[in-house]
Amino acid sequence: MANMSLKKNEMPTQAPDVRNKNFSEVALGYTEEQAIDEAKRCLNCKTKPCVGGCPVHINIPAFIEKVAAGEFEEAYKMIALSSSLPAVCGRVCPQETQCEQKCVRGIKGEPVAIGRLERYVADRHNALEAEEVSLPEKNGHKVAVIGSGPSGLACASDLAKLGYDVTVFEALHLAGGVLVYGIPEFRLPKAIVGKEIDGLKALGVKIETNTVIGKTFSIDELMEKMGFEAVFIGSGAGLPRFMNIKGENLKGVYSANEFLTRINLMKAYKDDGTTPVQRSKKTVVVGGGNVAMDAARCAKRLGADVTVVYRRTEKELPARAEEVEHAMEEGIRFMFLTNPLEILPTEDGWVKGVLCQKMKLSEPDASGRARPVPIEGSAELVEADSVIMSIGTSPNPLIKSTTTGLDTQKWGGIIADENGQTSKEGVFAGGDAVTGAATVILAMGAGKTAAAAIDEYIKNKNI
Amino acid sequence: MFDIVRKKSLNPTVTLMDIYAPAVAKKAEPGQFIILRTDCDGERIPLTVADFDREKGTVTIIFQIVGATTEKLNRLGEGDCLCDFVGPLGRATETEGKKKVAVVGGGVGCAIAYPVAKKFFEQGTEVHSIIGFRNRDLVILEDEFKAVSQKLCLMSDDGSCGEKGLVTDALKALIESGEKYDEVITIGPLIMMKFVSKLTKEYGIHTVASMNPVMIDGTGMCGGCRLSVGGEMKFACVDGPEFDAHLIDFDEAIARSSMYRPFERHAHEETCNLFAKADAVGKDGNN
Repeated sequence: MANMSLKKNEMPTQAPDVRNKNFSEVALGYTEEQAIDEAKRCLNCKTKPCVGGCPVHINIPAFIEKVAAGEFEEAYKMIALSSSLPAVCGRVCPQETQCEQKCVRGIKGEPVAIGRLERYVADRHNALEAEEVSLPEKNGHKVAVIGSGPSGLACASDLAKLGYDVTVFEALHLAGGVLVYGIPEFRLPKAIVGKEIDGLKALGVKIETNTVIGKTFSIDELMEKMGFEAVFIGSGAGLPRFMNIKGENLKGVYSANEFLTRINLMKAYKDDGTTPVQRSKKTVVVGGGNVAMDAARCAKRLGADVTVVYRRTEKELPARAEEVEHAMEEGIRFMFLTNPLEILPTEDGWVKGVLCQKMKLSEPDASGRARPVPIEGSAELVEADSVIMSIGTSPNPLIKSTTTGLDTQKWGGIIADENGQTSKEGVFAGGDAVTGAATVILAMGAGKTAAAAIDEYIKNKNI
Repeated sequence: MFDIVRKKSLNPTVTLMDIYAPAVAKKAEPGQFIILRTDCDGERIPLTVADFDREKGTVTIIFQIVGATTEKLNRLGEGDCLCDFVGPLGRATETEGKKKVAVVGGGVGCAIAYPVAKKFFEQGTEVHSIIGFRNRDLVILEDEFKAVSQKLCLMSDDGSCGEKGLVTDALKALIESGEKYDEVITIGPLIMMKFVSKLTKEYGIHTVASMNPVMIDGTGMCGGCRLSVGGEMKFACVDGPEFDAHLIDFDEAIARSSMYRPFERHAHEETCNLFAKADAVGKDGNN
């Protein structure tokens, strides 16, 4: 019997004034009753537009049908055919622009809460005793994966299941990439990422942390001296962008990457943390994407009065809808159509405030969004003792500069075809390293596609 | 992995360690650095590669005990191991085409200056080394420098060893006496490098300074180590750590390096207290 309610089952959530002071997960997850009830909102319609909306084409109606029947492990198996990180994606995918945007229930009311159901199924599966993993039979071929973020993890997982001897090289001291240094604990508990990494190790994948490809080893070395027949580059887009305005080097100005890395990777939010982070009273966050929301919400939790300054309007915010909603509920202020001009100093070189300009929207620019133009003579001072620049990141040029024959775009993205093949034989790439900063699910999809292409490539080489 | 193979105290506040890290040892070049963590809750700290042995697979670090992490590091001994050790990071020193150079090191900066002096010396460049310390108890690597310099000037603030005066006094004297350097390399406290740079600018001698800003990842992803060089933003971890000294905004670098002073001071005190307590318990025996 279909559930014809026009509204999604509400997600139990920590109250805003409670959660804006702790780093525990905000969304607490459906109960079994809620999950089954929500699953029954799916009509199992003939066209299944949700599947096309999913970047990795999970068979959504099929897994939802299993949830409705209370067969949760079966539901998990359906998802796992197409996705290797359901507990992550269920939490961080921008479903409102992907599967849920296409859902037919969304025409009259709210779409089926596909993301919340994926999360429920994945969490339930993860809570079970880890099954004995039968190690796939090794085929004797070695593949190197650079980067242990979502694309690298997905690629390594698929290759290991095909019998390849996989080594993942990670520059930082912990694996997980942006899942561990970028996305905060209250959005994505690190225990979940840890479970994914453990799963990978159980498949026989070797993870070498503290290894910077381009410094410790080069790709050329990996292939010519260390026996790797193919390499997947999943090194992400970790290079932070600054505005290059006056005052950007004052004490108290951070790139979002630095701020988040101190807090998420190095746990600077803890009272007994060994890595410091400024305990700001008034923080200005510049930007409107997911990273800006993460930075703002972290700053709030450290006790600051937080204002997000964004040059377009609320409608144009690229951040995931739920993050914006949660940020606003947590008491973070938004100043739209506002752009920083200069960061002003105190006498001893700290941030005193941000001189901002009011903007108005005009004709669309190359990205298709309305171009913000300054309104002359409209400068206003926003008081702050800390500024976090979250205006985007681009790929780190280290790999390009240390690998022969690897073509990149001018802005640094590695050039790769739809299978992830780069200009260099045996070298594949995917995720943010190719596209620039994007989403976890796109990165994961690219990692899976490349794994299949690498398998094809190695098989053909040895015919 | 990352075993401490050798530990030697060079002076009451400076320790030398050889760390087993074969992949890093194989690639390390003078001028580059590593980042380490003593334990799995620890802070990431950068330390310059003071030396390396590609056959033995060891990297030498020389550090001054100035804070919580270096305090913890100094408590470890031969046979202990570090939690994390990554490198070699940063760009190696450019030594090509230089016929005569002056290497100016201050305090523990001399530990960083030494591999640079050595590389120049071994390739046939004439090396004049000026090393300065507050007093004779703090002198390190004097013999090592002697072995890789055609001229060595040892300076001390209080005159207890070598000549009394600052390294800039010695450098000025050499330049004034007619020495023609292709390059001056300076490594030490920021204020020292600022004044060496000011001096050499007057004479138009190309000068390279090795910067040591606060760092977190060391691979170019956070911008925490940024400085202004020639009005442009550079990251010390990937564009440096060596830069054209005449273009560096030293005042800005000095300001930025003080950002976490209160935290650092507190953390250092806490760590010393913890160790003092542990030592006291140890001394009490089996109570």
